[in-house]
Amino acid sequence: MGDLSEAFRIAFHLLASFDRELFEIIALSLKVSLVAVAISCFFGFLMGAALCVYRFRGKQIIVIIINALMGLPPVVVGLCVYLMLSRSGPLGVFGLLYTPTAMIIAQVLLITPLIGALSLQVLHEMHKEYDEFFRSLHLSPLAKIKTLLWDARFGLIIVGLAGFGRAISEVGAVMIVGGNINHLTRIMTTAIALETSKGTLALALALGIILLGFSVSLNAAVMFLRSAISDDKNA
Amino acid sequence: MIPRIQKCVLKIRKIGWKQIPKFVLPALLSSMMFEFGCAGQSIIVQSTTSTQNSGLFDHILPLFKSQTGISVHVVAVGTGQALKNGRNGDGDVLLVHAKAAEEKFVNDGYGIKRFDVMYNDFVIVGPSSDPASLIGNPNILSALKKISDTGSIFASRGDDSGTHRKELQLWQQAGIDVASQSGSWYRETGSGMGATLNLASSMGAYTISDRATLIAFQNKNDMKILSQGDAKLFNQYGVILVNPQRHNHVKEKLGMVFISWLIGDKGQAAIASYKLNGTQLFFPNAK
Repeated sequence: MGDLSEAFRIAFHLLASFDRELFEIIALSLKVSLVAVAISCFFGFLMGAALCVYRFRGKQIIVIIINALMGLPPVVVGLCVYLMLSRSGPLGVFGLLYTPTAMIIAQVLLITPLIGALSLQVLHEMHKEYDEFFRSLHLSPLAKIKTLLWDARFGLIIVGLAGFGRAISEVGAVMIVGGNINHLTRIMTTAIALETSKGTLALALALGIILLGFSVSLNAAVMFLRSAISDDKNA
Repeated sequence: MIPRIQKCVLKIRKIGWKQIPKFVLPALLSSMMFEFGCAGQSIIVQSTTSTQNSGLFDHILPLFKSQTGISVHVVAVGTGQALKNGRNGDGDVLLVHAKAAEEKFVNDGYGIKRFDVMYNDFVIVGPSSDPASLIGNPNILSALKKISDTGSIFASRGDDSGTHRKELQLWQQAGIDVASQSGSWYRETGSGMGATLNLASSMGAYTISDRATLIAFQNKNDMKILSQGDAKLFNQYGVILVNPQRHNHVKEKLGMVFISWLIGDKGQAAIASYKLNGTQLFFPNAK
């Protein structure tokens, strides 16, 4: 268990000394995951709301597919994105492989189904309550979507956090499409994998502790903001 | 503090759904800009885990950058995957260690020319209890025979890397069919050298490693070098420019600057000067 206490010591030391490389890696991790979550929320929320409001044939099949895609293995997503973005692939001309953009694309594909499926769940309950009300007002589908999304915003924040949790902890896909290039595409999880393979387990664990710390603080901040907003509403 | 939060909250409440694209688009654009900004003088090198995990790149690349201004972005994968990625054009230069496969890569027209860069050697490591009693046996083929005869656990990379190819070649020369033993005493980890060393050290298995990765590896526990020095364990690294005629985005000029530096006096001296715990890890031998 020497490694564990050593890991805490290293984690503290890295944070206290404002290790430049560490903060670069943390900044890139947060950037990639937050941008990916923002894009995924945009599409995922719309998808969830649209599936509540519109009635059409085969809707159930789409819902089943989205639910199933929640379990997409990251490595498979990484491979598909690699094949698309590779210079020999259909999107190779853009030269996006081994860039943060490639990592964002992989994460968006990975978490959009998750956010879509979870927001559908949240919005579906609300839609049941609102359905008659909507009908009495003869609202257009677009207005219904807007109302649903706005009134479900607190639930949707949690959905966004779930997506963020999957994005920030993901390693398989970003390793393949980002290449874990130092100072360019190295993020917390790929750095942890690298340190583990070097056998520097204490440093790897220290990075893990720091990653967890950042996730916890971000979650706490969002929760705090959320409760501040709802208090404000009640006051 | 509370009023300030309330202000912030009020601001957030004013942000309607319509405005979301206004936030998402700049974020996307700025991430794109960031990449174009970095795209200046840089090349992508597909290389093997041994050169990265041993710290060689961390030592020589800053020297190269300070002398030429070119950033080298290293993607460290197994040699098999590096060659495959090079075939797809996803890199400018390859620095790998599987001579036969490298020559095939060049002959098939995917690379221009292959140059020798440096060498080190492979060693057999295992638990200090040494159940197959290999210690002090410099003959690699008889060492492998002993492992197979005693059925001692052997951890193979199993990932088509340079080290894995070398290991398969040695088993073949020793006349042992490891494929039929896979899952019994012969265990294929399917992962990099470091991960395989982690596994071998925690389950008391034998494995083969390049010396550089082993020296740099910090989770050895009671693992020891048990067989070394056979001429068959020679490990040659080569460098290849990906063929710009096949992939016209390959940065031929910058890639050649890197290759000439690596096989020239400055690069060779930089490689020779990399020492870890007083031990030189790679020996330059460009012609």
